[in-house]
Amino acid sequence: MNTNDLALRITDMASYNGYQLECQPIPGVTDVLQITVQDYEELPAFVSVTDSQILCITNLFMEAEVNPDTRSQLIEEMLELNIPMPLSAFSKLGDRFVIFGSMSIHSNIEDICHEIVTLTENAVEAIDALKEYLIPDAVREEGQG
Amino acid sequence: MNVLKRIIAAVRGGALGVADLLSDTDGINALEHQLIEVQGNLSKVKQDLTDVMGKQMHSSRESTTLKMTIKQRELEAGAALDRADEAQALIIAQKIAELDVELEEQEQIHTLFSGHVARLRSLVNKTERQIKDYQRQLSMVRTTESIQKASTAIAQNYAASNHKILSARDSLEQIQKRQRRTLDLLEAAEELEEATGEKTLDERLEQAGIVESKINANTVLNRIKSDRS
Repeated sequence: MNTNDLALRITDMASYNGYQLECQPIPGVTDVLQITVQDYEELPAFVSVTDSQILCITNLFMEAEVNPDTRSQLIEEMLELNIPMPLSAFSKLGDRFVIFGSMSIHSNIEDICHEIVTLTENAVEAIDALKEYLIPDAVREEGQG
Repeated sequence: MNVLKRIIAAVRGGALGVADLLSDTDGINALEHQLIEVQGNLSKVKQDLTDVMGKQMHSSRESTTLKMTIKQRELEAGAALDRADEAQALIIAQKIAELDVELEEQEQIHTLFSGHVARLRSLVNKTERQIKDYQRQLSMVRTTESIQKASTAIAQNYAASNHKILSARDSLEQIQKRQRRTLDLLEAAEELEEATGEKTLDERLEQAGIVESKINANTVLNRIKSDRS
């Protein structure tokens, strides 16, 4: 399975368990799908496919949004939350804190949709749970990777 | 090559470090070539193993046949001795002696093949472990590549979106606001149904005395009385 197959299969499914999923192309990037769950458009999942696994990543917040005074507490809390959080784990890509899930390349489409929906819901809950560590009026810097 | 160590070093080096790791085609190609080579070795070793196992089985069968023949000849020699035919017994014994030599040779061959089989089996196991190891290392590099692409995609996405880039808190607020609105809409819909639904209409008509609330005993009694009259 590659990202094109995945996009077609997700588009073919009108909805998954009452959730509407939408695949959107990302200008200039062909190997990664941007999938949004209806009502959670602000937190899209980015899905890529390798020869052994499917990776789903959702952006949480930027380093610049983190209150530096409580940064180590935030990281410790994220580490502790990693196991109880179903199907997802926290990670960091450059200056972005993210939440991700990885699955076998042989997963069926329902499992993949389940993962994406769970990831998105986990992202909302995680930001809600960790917002006390974020600077209230921080704004994401544009285009940083 | 410890791939994880290289990945950690690359990540510490930031985006450029990761790009360096992925553009290190020599390293990745070397790993891919090693994998292909080892996979080729494995199929050759397996072929050799099959071959030697075939020979081992053949020598084992030969030994069994020889043993049976020797037993048979021994019975024949015994019978000749019973007949007091010493000369015949000696001829048979001569045959048995030849068969014994042959059996010994066969058993030596069998032992030799068994040794080969054991060595080749352990080589197969070792090669399979090596393949798994190379595959795991390659998978780590490929995943790093995939993460790099996803990371670029996330950045591109935020760069390309025209709307204001939201902070995590703002995103959360938007989503929660939308969720509250959905809940409010559901509640309002329920209220509306309650206010305008048939049940309420009937109740209102009842209250206004336009329809009678229920058929009561008095109504029934009146009907019976009027029927009788």
